[in-house]
Parts: sequence; structure tokens; C-alpha cells
Amino acid sequence: MATLHTAPRYTTTAMALHWVLAVLILGALAVGLTMTGLPFSPLRLKLYNWHKWAGISILLLSALRLLWRLTHRPPAAPPMPPWQARAAQAAHLALYALFLAVPLAGWAYSSSAGFPIVLFGVLPLPDFVPADRALAATLKPVHVALAWTLGAVVVLHVAGALKHQFHQRDGLLQRMLPSRT
Amino acid sequence: MTRHDVIHPMREQRMSSSTPLTLALAAALIGAVVQPALAQPKPAAAVLQSAASEIAFTTRQMGVPVEGKFSKFSAQISLDPKQPETGSVAFAIDTGSARFGAPEIDAEVPKPTWLNVGKFPQATFQSSSIKTAGAGKFEVAGKLGIKGAVRDVVVPVQLQQAGSGTGMTSTASGSFTIKRLDFKVGEAEWADTSMLGNDVVVRFKLVLSGLPPQ
Repeated sequence: MATLHTAPRYTTTAMALHWVLAVLILGALAVGLTMTGLPFSPLRLKLYNWHKWAGISILLLSALRLLWRLTHRPPAAPPMPPWQARAAQAAHLALYALFLAVPLAGWAYSSSAGFPIVLFGVLPLPDFVPADRALAATLKPVHVALAWTLGAVVVLHVAGALKHQFHQRDGLLQRMLPSRT
Repeated sequence: MTRHDVIHPMREQRMSSSTPLTLALAAALIGAVVQPALAQPKPAAAVLQSAASEIAFTTRQMGVPVEGKFSKFSAQISLDPKQPETGSVAFAIDTGSARFGAPEIDAEVPKPTWLNVGKFPQATFQSSSIKTAGAGKFEVAGKLGIKGAVRDVVVPVQLQQAGSGTGMTSTASGSFTIKRLDFKVGEAEWADTSMLGNDVVVRFKLVLSGLPPQ
């Protein structure tokens, strides 16, 4: 166990970004799934706005995280078959792409539906697409499909991490957890 | 002959002795006809070009501006821009024609919580005074009636005219802010102005024909 504690870890910044984003992404997915089924009400309006604010936060933090990741080498992973290493790398690439694509598609969908985003109710964001119902009808399924894809890749990512943690017991997960010493 | 005898002397008498009185009467008569006509002429009624005109309103939902439009409205407008105080403006807006363009919102607007279209099918405006407020600018004060409530509003109007003669079109535009809760628009859970702002900005662009030149 001592070796696990001294094993190389991600930087504190990378860990903070990872876990904050994990909470935000799971929250945004959960709220997104809930809100669409609600009747017209202040709660529905609240959830839509929280969802959008979470999405923009995810977009900004992910951009920051991508910069951090490109400038900081992650700790070496425990030994594993090459196909697993390649699968993990592909999943990470997909995750980063989706961290940016899902919020961008949602932002565009909101703008095209005629609802510009006002971040936290105070900061109006620009519309990079026009308010256009036909465009909104096209973008909605794109946002939804990308979000489901993100959810699916997150499930793979978590399943892989748990497999390493409880099956291989190779200390892979410790790289993303704060030191307990 | 007897008629001549009767009438002629009378005419003679009038012409000779009552000329100042006649002139005074004539002056009074002319005055009675002309004076009010100068002070209170009835300006010709303008015709609203509904298709080119627009009445829109912007609400704020958690800070997000959302614009709706009324597609059906009519107006009785008579205004001489040179003498705006003689004019009058009246509007009737079909509340059932309000659209945000978002189906889930448009389905709610006619309900009693919002505009209660079944009970109050029209919103109305009737001017009480029109004043000049600078070149091409006017202040139209009047009563705005929405959902059974009536409030005094002052509407700033900018007037632009193009063309000449009978082909001249006038465009009256402007915006003003009303409080939705003054008219109970958005009741019960929706009365919370932190969710849905109390201020509603009404914006209009009215294209008129038949308005006299300013």
C-alpha cells in the first residue's frame, strides 16, 4: 500500500479540474434528463438556466483543463495490454472533444431557439448562430445525441477505472486521488 | 305688391341702420365657425398598415431577454403632426395573437395566469393627450388596459415620414416599459419577479398612411 501512496499523481490543478468537472457533467446530464419532462413552471425555467450555466462552466473549465493537460505530462499509467492503453487514450480524446462539443451544441441550440444565454443571470453571452426555429430543430437532436455519447464514454471511463481499482488492483485510480498521507 | 312694401322697407331699414350689428353678427358667426376649426380641427384619420407594423414586448426570464409579438391589432389614429394636441390615438390589440415563437411558452400565454385571453380578448390603449417633444418626437399620454386593469402610461413616439402627397408613409416608433404585475400578468408562482422580471419593454413600429406632413 505504501507504494500506492507514493505512486506518481496528477497535479492538484488537474485533480481539481477532473473532479469539479465530473460533478458538473453528471449534474448537467441529470438536470438535462429531468428538465425536459417537466411541465411549464418556475422550476422548469430554473433547471433550464442552471443546466445552461453548468454547460458554459463545463466548456470554460474544459478549455482550461485542455491547456493544462497539453502543458503538463500526466503520470505514467500502470502496465497494461497495448489495446487497453489505446482504448483508454481514445476514450480520453473522445471525452475532451465532447466536453467542448456538447456545451457548444447546447449553446447554439439555445441561441437558435431564441433564448440567448445569460451566464448566472448576469452576463449575457453572444449568440454565434441566429434565432431560427428550423436551425433549432436541427441542433436539438445534435446536442442530445452528443450528450448521450458523452454519457456513454463517461460510463466506459468509470468502468475502466473501477476495473483497474478492483480487478487489477494496480493503483491506477490513486493517480487521480489526493494523497492520504 | 304688399310683400314689396313690407320687405323693402325692412331691408332698407336694416341696410341703413343695422350695418354695425350685422357685421358684428357676421364676425361672430365666422368666428364661431372658424375659431374652433383653427383650435380643434379634426385631423384626417390615418390608416394603419398592419402588415408592415409591429408591436413587440420583451420579458426577462432569469435575466434572459425573450421577445414576443402581437400579430393582430387595429388602431384609430388621427393626428396632425403640426398640431398634435388635437389628435387622438386608440389601439385594440388581440391578446390571443401574442407569440414568442417557442411552442411551450405560446401554449401558456392565453391561460388565466398570463393574459387570460378567454376573458380579456383585447388589450386597449386610448390617448388622453398628445404633446410635441422635439422635432419629430411626441409624447402620447393615455390609458393602457390589459387584463381588466387600466394604468396611465406616457409613450414617447418618434415620427419619420417618407414620400409625399398621398403616397407619403409615416412610421411611428418607440418603446416604453410597463410593470407586468400592474396588470396581473403572471400570477401565483409566476408573480416572483426574481424568476420573471416585472419590467416588460413594449416596442412598436407603426406604418401609417394618410397622416399630414410634419
